Amino acid sequence: MARTATAPGAPTSRLGKTALEIDDRLIVAGPLRRTLNKVFPDHWSFLLGEIALYSFIILLLSGTYLTFFFDPSLREVTYNGSYAPLRGVEMSAAYDSALDLSFDVRGGLFMRQVHHWAALLFVASIIVHLLRIFFTGAFRRPRETNWIIGVGLLVLAVLEGATGYTLPDDLLSGTGLRIISAIILAIPVIGTWAHFAVFDGDFPGELIIGRFYIVHVLLIPAILLALIAVHLLLLVKQKHTQFPGPGRTEHNVVGNRLFPTFAAKAGGLFFIVFGLIAALGGLAQINPIWLWGPYNPAQVSAASQPDWYVMFLDGSTRLFPAWDINLPGDYTIPALFWPTLVLPGILFTLLAMYPMIERKLTGDTASHHLLQRPRDVPVRTSLGAMAITFYLVLLISGGNDVLADKFQISLNAMTWVGRLGLVVLPPLVYMATYRICLGLQKHDREVLEHGIETGVIRRLPHGEFIEVHQPLGPVDEHGHGQLAYGGASVPKKMNQIGGARRAIRGFFAPIEEPASVELEQRREPQGLATAEDRELTSSGRPSEGGRPSEGGRPSEGGKPQEPRD
Amino acid sequence: MSTTNPQSDAQPDDVPGRAHSRRSRPAAGTPAAAARSRRLSKARRRVANVAGLMAALVLTGALYSTLAPAHAEEAEAATGDEYEAGREIYENSCITCHGENLEGVDGRGPSLIGVGGASVYFQVHTGRMPLVRQAEQGPDKPVVFSEEQIDQLITYVQANGGGPAVPSGDLRDGDLALGGELFRLNCASCHNFVGEGGALSSGKYAPDLGDADDVEIYTAMLSGPENMPVFGDNQLTPEEKRSIINYIQTVKEMPDPGGAGIGRMGPVAEGLVIWLVGVSALMFGIFWMGSKA
Repeated sequence: MARTATAPGAPTSRLGKTALEIDDRLIVAGPLRRTLNKVFPDHWSFLLGEIALYSFIILLLSGTYLTFFFDPSLREVTYNGSYAPLRGVEMSAAYDSALDLSFDVRGGLFMRQVHHWAALLFVASIIVHLLRIFFTGAFRRPRETNWIIGVGLLVLAVLEGATGYTLPDDLLSGTGLRIISAIILAIPVIGTWAHFAVFDGDFPGELIIGRFYIVHVLLIPAILLALIAVHLLLLVKQKHTQFPGPGRTEHNVVGNRLFPTFAAKAGGLFFIVFGLIAALGGLAQINPIWLWGPYNPAQVSAASQPDWYVMFLDGSTRLFPAWDINLPGDYTIPALFWPTLVLPGILFTLLAMYPMIERKLTGDTASHHLLQRPRDVPVRTSLGAMAITFYLVLLISGGNDVLADKFQISLNAMTWVGRLGLVVLPPLVYMATYRICLGLQKHDREVLEHGIETGVIRRLPHGEFIEVHQPLGPVDEHGHGQLAYGGASVPKKMNQIGGARRAIRGFFAPIEEPASVELEQRREPQGLATAEDRELTSSGRPSEGGRPSEGGRPSEGGKPQEPRD
Repeated sequence: MSTTNPQSDAQPDDVPGRAHSRRSRPAAGTPAAAARSRRLSKARRRVANVAGLMAALVLTGALYSTLAPAHAEEAEAATGDEYEAGREIYENSCITCHGENLEGVDGRGPSLIGVGGASVYFQVHTGRMPLVRQAEQGPDKPVVFSEEQIDQLITYVQANGGGPAVPSGDLRDGDLALGGELFRLNCASCHNFVGEGGALSSGKYAPDLGDADDVEIYTAMLSGPENMPVFGDNQLTPEEKRSIINYIQTVKEMPDPGGAGIGRMGPVAEGLVIWLVGVSALMFGIFWMGSKA
């Protein structure tokens, strides 16, 4: 590969010749080289979105296997498979085939469990990724479009999960379907007609599983795939954001090239994700449909919950008072309308519109490619913490009957704690987060001004004890640091600036001898003065700093940046 | 809850004659005496009244003194030591809340007349009785009495008013699939799909069936303890009850083919696992990759 890209002469190896033949026909060497040389910034939190992507790939692969055996039909059949407690029971063909898939298809149960765990992880990683984008301000101009696409992906992922949850037609999923039906019916004015359209008549009808199946395996996955492609293309086009730090500006990207470093990392992460999902699929039972039994509208079980990503709506339904609005005539706006349609409508609209809202409120319309530390934007961070609190109260309330049972709490008490908590907790969390952000900011400034606390106590001639502080940069005549805060993390411990012995390498276990590190260290002169000298020249610079930047201005070296806000 | 109804129904069937004689005799005598007195003059009526009353009282007293002790002797003779031992346990451990004669104490405990041995077996064998304190619901706890003592207590309570008795024989002798259907129809709404239990209102709950043995489940259906409705033999035939027990116990003992059962609780447990295990493991993974930069 490298040979075809660099060697001007005719390639000699078989691989090189093949590559040349291909390039002669497709002319891909130029674009490919540009793509492979693309630089991606390096930070652990930038990998969260990749987890979602890999979960999606696993979902596509495992889901395809499941379609070979699943029969999405509500035709009545009598079960005659391997699971004794259901033999002779009448059920739909969908449930029957899902049981066969679990007990009589080789690897079927494993694949079903992999598919289900991957679905849970898919939505979870989307949300964690979304939080990272939110709290670091990565959604700001010019990335608002990608933010909206991301929110769309989240909504679609939830819908995809909800339709998939419904397919096996067991007692749990049928209960969920009944609730979906009730939610559709709760839409004012058009509810009944919408229900007729979706279910082709009254609940449950005979078509709904087949319809949800096509939505689940074709419609939503296709849209998801297309949106993911746009999401990634926009990312490549607009380049990835990066955290501020030495050498990183609004006009460069510091990191690793797509090939080989980034590709190796991404490939490694794929296998970590795949390994985890496979382990869960093989070791932890998920949705044991044979225990739930076939769906029968006359039956319902305690602790019937949706999967976790819909549970917040179950929670809002449990917390919302049963206030039906009876209008003149035969019209009613059922209480269910507010917690299951209005609330998520407001939540997802606010979420999607947040970049615009923030732009309006702050008046900041500039383009941003450098990320912000959450503490530097206390209002946004506090709003985010407040939203998480609101969501968590709803989520916990969605499982409040299980929690009440397992922890022996009154269910009524759980409901009231949820109702009050929903109103009281978010403002409290907002205030607490705001104070924490300001405190962290102040500490950053304090360290920049007075230096790091060394832990060395000195006694002055007149008897006063002082703690020696290690300045991070040049100081003025009062001994105050002159470094301005640049939006990057400020070292706060001596060993972060090399004051202590270098950390022994190795993540799980040391991969070098502690003794040799000590010897290496001893060869250098010791003491605070050394640390100070070293600090003046290389202030907390990460090892990969000084990588060639792609386009834009040249790197500004280790010069501290002006505060941008 | 269930204890008050059988009391009035069961009495005429279970103890014909004897116990009633005391109450019914004066009631039958008084109208006869009144009718006679109406035909007599005022003075004679007064004398006759007194004489009639005296006669009725004497008759009642005589009947009581002859019949009542005889009744007690009969009961003792019928059940013997077993009954006596049961009474002793009752008077030591139950009397405070259920009263001297099983009539119940207002605000403490219900009457036990007519609840039958099934109720005693369930309450005592699961350790719910004797109760530790008055609460929303009596929790099951380590059993206080030995099997023998429980049998004695059953004999004592059964002898006082009768009621549903403890079943015997193979209680799993029923159709598995039918049991599953019946369980989902009648039991799952409180006890969850496979009997993991669930919350009810205000701190009450439907307990986990994990520790319940066949007889406990059967007697619970017969007696309807706490918030549970009574499933009499008209609602669920004995064979249907055995089917349900067969289903509960079979599914309980079944291994989980998909791996760890994580409580068989469905989405709440699964959501916890994906966040606490899945997401945290991956966070650890990407921290690790980040440290390899």
